[in-house]
Amino acid sequence: MTVETLVSADGKELTIKVFGRFDFSVHQAFRDAYDAHQPAALRYVLDLAGTSYLDSSALGMLLLLRDHAGGDAADISIVNCNQDVKKILTISNFEQLFTIR
Amino acid sequence: MLPIRILIADDNLVDRKILGRILQKQGHEVLDAENGADAVALFKQESPDIVLLDVMMPVMDGKEAARQIKQLAGEDMVPVIFLTSMTDAYGLADCLESGGDDFLNKPYNPVVLQAKVRSFYRMREMHQTLQQQRDTIVCHNEHLIQEQEAAKAVFDNVAHLGCLSAPNIRYLISPLAVFNGDVLLAARQPNGSMNLLLGDFTGHGLPAAIGALPLAEIFYGMTAKGFGIRDIIREVNRKMNSILPVGFFCCAVMVEMNFERKSTSIWMGGIPDCYLYRVADASLHTLRSQHLPLGVFGDSRFVDSLQEYTMEPGDRLLLWSDGILEARNPAGDMFGQQRLEDAINSAAAAEMIFPTIKSTLAEFQNNSERDDDITLLEIQMVLPDDIAVDPKAVATTSDVGPMDWSFSYELGPVSLRNFNPLPLVMHLMMEVPGLRMMSGQLYTVMGELFANALEHGVLKLDSTMKRSPEGFMKYYQQRQEHLEQLEDEWIRIDMEHQGDGVTGQLRVRFVDSGDGFDYQSLQREEDSDLLEVTKHQYSGRGISLVSQICKSITYYGKGNEVEAIIHWPHQEEE
Repeated sequence: MTVETLVSADGKELTIKVFGRFDFSVHQAFRDAYDAHQPAALRYVLDLAGTSYLDSSALGMLLLLRDHAGGDAADISIVNCNQDVKKILTISNFEQLFTIR
Repeated sequence: MLPIRILIADDNLVDRKILGRILQKQGHEVLDAENGADAVALFKQESPDIVLLDVMMPVMDGKEAARQIKQLAGEDMVPVIFLTSMTDAYGLADCLESGGDDFLNKPYNPVVLQAKVRSFYRMREMHQTLQQQRDTIVCHNEHLIQEQEAAKAVFDNVAHLGCLSAPNIRYLISPLAVFNGDVLLAARQPNGSMNLLLGDFTGHGLPAAIGALPLAEIFYGMTAKGFGIRDIIREVNRKMNSILPVGFFCCAVMVEMNFERKSTSIWMGGIPDCYLYRVADASLHTLRSQHLPLGVFGDSRFVDSLQEYTMEPGDRLLLWSDGILEARNPAGDMFGQQRLEDAINSAAAAEMIFPTIKSTLAEFQNNSERDDDITLLEIQMVLPDDIAVDPKAVATTSDVGPMDWSFSYELGPVSLRNFNPLPLVMHLMMEVPGLRMMSGQLYTVMGELFANALEHGVLKLDSTMKRSPEGFMKYYQQRQEHLEQLEDEWIRIDMEHQGDGVTGQLRVRFVDSGDGFDYQSLQREEDSDLLEVTKHQYSGRGISLVSQICKSITYYGKGNEVEAIIHWPHQEEE
């Protein structure tokens, strides 16, 4: 599995983990990860500890998740990024949209 | 289910009939031949599904028949099974070598026979399905490429109006898809400034084309009307945000170069670090993206703040999309920021930076597959005279344009305080091709006359203040104060154009609510100003400059009305 999900005990927080290259090939799996969770979570944590690389289509997928999670009101944290992934997020100034820890 | 059509070739009549009978009983349709040559002839005529061949036959043996049948079948899969009583492994292997797919041992076991026929028929069907799917994909692909070519042709028509061929620009675009995901645009504003945009859309092909078209339209349209990049980037973002689906965006760097002021303004969103190279000390200054890519935020949250730099002639901006950093060598390593910086530092001279990056990159890639589009742009600061405006490079629209029209535009106090009417007014004039050719001069005329109407007419500022550096400062302080105090003042701009498509005349009249002035004495004063222009650089671009461009310039009434008449095509007057 390249995408795994974990729901908090109270069901309000959804953690999504992506393994390997985060690119167009995980598009469907990533979408299913948050679409399948009903009722929709209040908080999202994207754990990229296992992500080696992230490309621009993955940035697009992050924006889709943000839209799904309520757009400007979305509460999404991106955690455990490696150096390369962090750099790509920084270049794109995505810290303006997501909490990056 | 349709019966499977099976061709049997065996010179032994009894064997042939026994085999035929078994197959018919199992529901198949049987065609029979006495030797290889008959089998080939019958194959041509009947196109059976499966062929069963005895190895030893007169006239033509089974192996030769198999070869010819396989050749006739071409891309279609026709299973050929040899009938043999041989048990010699080499003999059997030889049968398969000559093109056979399998063999059946005599005497025939009906169960094995049935299983093999069914198995090979399934394979044949699967092969046919694959062929159909392949043909469908080929057809779709051709269609897609055709569509992309059409989209590219449309895009090229929109995008190639620009001035990428200007002497201070060098660039490299290598398309990954037919339609490149990268966009490179450049055009001159009427005042001579140069606007450039390097954009990288998520994806390639049609999704990128959909965004690139309005982007280019807005860029060229607004640049021709004299808008700076702050207004343009906001408008482009608004458009991208409204048309692109969530998850699609455009990383971009936009540059405005002012050659007169030797300054440059930069907006960067989602673009990797780029550089400003200063020729004086051969230093590299990093330019970093401060914004999200275009299309992510709506207008209310979009930030249009710019980075401002002064640049000396020879200084250059080195800009790229992420494609260059992600370019891979045959081993799969990425080119990366460090190699790029090393390449720049290894260049023997400023002139050599761009070719060095290009050759280092080509050597690194060594013909390996490309992951992403590579776009590389170098813009050099030059002296204004080295980059005279080529009329063709200013973005153009179409043919004869409006010839007989008039326009009146009156601005009240709120508009005068907050709004610059010149881009709109210039836009009206730029619709006339003959006027577009002299847009720089027109901008000067309109700018001067508007400034006079506003500053001297409406705001009642004294132009003599501008003669000393201290007065110059004070003048602009007062200008701001007076603007804030406006109550019922106004300026009216009347324009009237007549022309035949070859020549034409534009009449522009500025009327303001001010008290007017003794214009005869001002004209004398301005004449003397012009003579001293080298001493007093703070003023002097006045009426005298305007009257060099215009056929005539006349004041009316108490001096609160001025009329300029401009003829085109413009004749330079010595």
